[in-house]
Amino acid sequence: MWKILRQIGRAGIRSEATPGYDDALRVEAEHIQRDLLATLGRALAIRHVDAGSCNGCELEIHALDNPYYNLEGLGIRFVASPRHADLLLVTGPVSRNMALALERTYDATPAPKLVVAVGDCGRDGGIFGTSYATCGGVASTVPVDIVVPGCPPAPIEILRGILTAVRRGRPASNVPPQAP
Amino acid sequence: MRIPGLELEFDRLPAPLPIWRARVDADAWQVAARAVAAAGGRLVALWGADRGGREASGLAVCAAYAVADGIAWLDLPLAADRPAYPDVSAQFPCAARMQRAAADLLGIVAVGTRDTRPWLDHGAWPVGRFPLREQEPEGEVGGRAPAVDYPFVRVAGDGVHEIPVGPVHAGVIEPGHFRFSIVGEKVLRLEERLGYTHKGIERRFTELAPLEAHRLAGRVSGDSTVAYAWAYCMALETAAGCAITQRAGWLRALLLERERVANHLGDLGALGNDAALTFGLAQFSRLREDWLRASKEVFGHRLMMDCVVPGGTAVDIDTAAAQRMRADCQATLIEVKALRSIYDEHAGLQDRFMGTGQVCAELAAELGLTGLAARASGLGMDLRADHPWAPYDTLPVTAATQRGGDVAARVAVRFVELADSLVLIRALLAGLPEGEHRSAISLPAGATVGAGWIEGWRGEVFVALELDGVAQGHRIRRCHCHDPSWQNWPVLEHAVIGNIVPDFPLINKSFNLSYSGHDL
Repeated sequence: MWKILRQIGRAGIRSEATPGYDDALRVEAEHIQRDLLATLGRALAIRHVDAGSCNGCELEIHALDNPYYNLEGLGIRFVASPRHADLLLVTGPVSRNMALALERTYDATPAPKLVVAVGDCGRDGGIFGTSYATCGGVASTVPVDIVVPGCPPAPIEILRGILTAVRRGRPASNVPPQAP
Repeated sequence: MRIPGLELEFDRLPAPLPIWRARVDADAWQVAARAVAAAGGRLVALWGADRGGREASGLAVCAAYAVADGIAWLDLPLAADRPAYPDVSAQFPCAARMQRAAADLLGIVAVGTRDTRPWLDHGAWPVGRFPLREQEPEGEVGGRAPAVDYPFVRVAGDGVHEIPVGPVHAGVIEPGHFRFSIVGEKVLRLEERLGYTHKGIERRFTELAPLEAHRLAGRVSGDSTVAYAWAYCMALETAAGCAITQRAGWLRALLLERERVANHLGDLGALGNDAALTFGLAQFSRLREDWLRASKEVFGHRLMMDCVVPGGTAVDIDTAAAQRMRADCQATLIEVKALRSIYDEHAGLQDRFMGTGQVCAELAAELGLTGLAARASGLGMDLRADHPWAPYDTLPVTAATQRGGDVAARVAVRFVELADSLVLIRALLAGLPEGEHRSAISLPAGATVGAGWIEGWRGEVFVALELDGVAQGHRIRRCHCHDPSWQNWPVLEHAVIGNIVPDFPLINKSFNLSYSGHDL
């Protein structure tokens, strides 16, 4: 136990050592919390769906949980079921083998059903494009509110995308697209 | 290169690692499988190809075996009217799913195999259509996979019930389906169904220019982007008969070791977390974030995507960057040492790790377990040590082998490799040769083949590349990328037998296999 406490103490001081970058983050973080409170009045629950990505975006979404970004400290957390989620964070070109699962996940999500498509692939299929095996971007299968481009986008960009989705809410004219 | 009992004319490819290629007939194909198995060789990859009009039928099946001398790449042309070949899954159980995938993508069948269920084909493309066939009409293939009842193997008996999991998993992970047959908490059987992230990578390769397709290779599995990009570039440079500069090789090794460190840091944190030590996740994820930020500053990308390019590397490093990385290594080494002693002495953690998800050496060898997981089961294989190519031929690399075969052993291998890679990076920076970091690649006039073979952090990555000549516009005729997860996924099914369901996430994480790299 002593070793663990000592390591926590030591690490804590180290993470303070890069003020420039972290200060910028902290400002952003305060905005996020205010917006979340204003929009949802509570914590934001996210359900992540990998609809066919290369796993690059997942690595950066994981990074959001590290002490630098401290996602849970902002009141944002990942949940295990779409039925508990306010927002779907979807990665990848939508593979034809995942299209149905993505659609069912979307159907199981209660309002406000926000959808953030992550990465160049989530935007338009990226380098994989549209083919016999992929439907293209996330919008090919479920309505999308926000697109975070990048291959993969940095964690701070993903965070910004989540914030933007929460601030914007769902536009009225959002109708499901035709099946590809 | 010689396979006992066969007189084959092998061509040695001009690759940095020993890779040999020979054409075989159906008899030799079968004899070779038996001879390689008898000699303790391994099946690295099995895939199909359609070479279109270039040969009588165009269809062929290929196998890459790892034997003592290197890789033997066997090529068996198939008849157009009956595209079939002898099954090798009796000798190499890991071949079963590769054969099923080849049947789905090319309509070539293994005669004598027991399992003929589709694998990557979930019904998204019509029956009788094969996406990798040359004559496959583009356009109308484009449905989505319907909800069909996949014939899982059922376990019957008093109190036995099933737990279906996926394809959308509870955490932030890739999609796949696991079907557990359990009694009480105990797992009697696990059957995986994968293929959900199949995104047509192999056909996409044929639509890209050879000098640009390294970007696609770098996205076969995002956590192994350097390993795949290097393997692809090695295959391309082999096919083109071009060599890279010494400095380029050293820089690539630097990138590869940085990728290994980044992944091991992430996994060690996640493994602590899965055993309820969230402290471990916080500490290791902080170290990983520091590491990724350094990669971004030095190489321009947090995961080092697109840093390995045909002919060398996209970026060079200066003295200041080298100094910084050396200091990072030293600091990380100290932190990891402290964390390892905490992990090792934590009774609760060790209680979850030890004896969990065990794979003994005999089973590992029989099923063809490879890479990190194989080393944890006592199989001392590591390409960097077994067939050291530049710059590993001048560096001291040993396979980090453990005997336990359990989660604890896979954790221990990661700790050892993490420390070894940090030392290797310092050696690479100290000995970095002068010169250019990139040289020009000129594509050959005629049709050629090439191959790349790299020890990624998860295991050996293999890329087989067939290029058209200038007459066909330098097209990529076929590019097959093979992930070690093909071998290791079936072993996971064995590793969980007799364990309790709540230990599955821990066991799964200790293997940390790729879905995307497998599904392609």
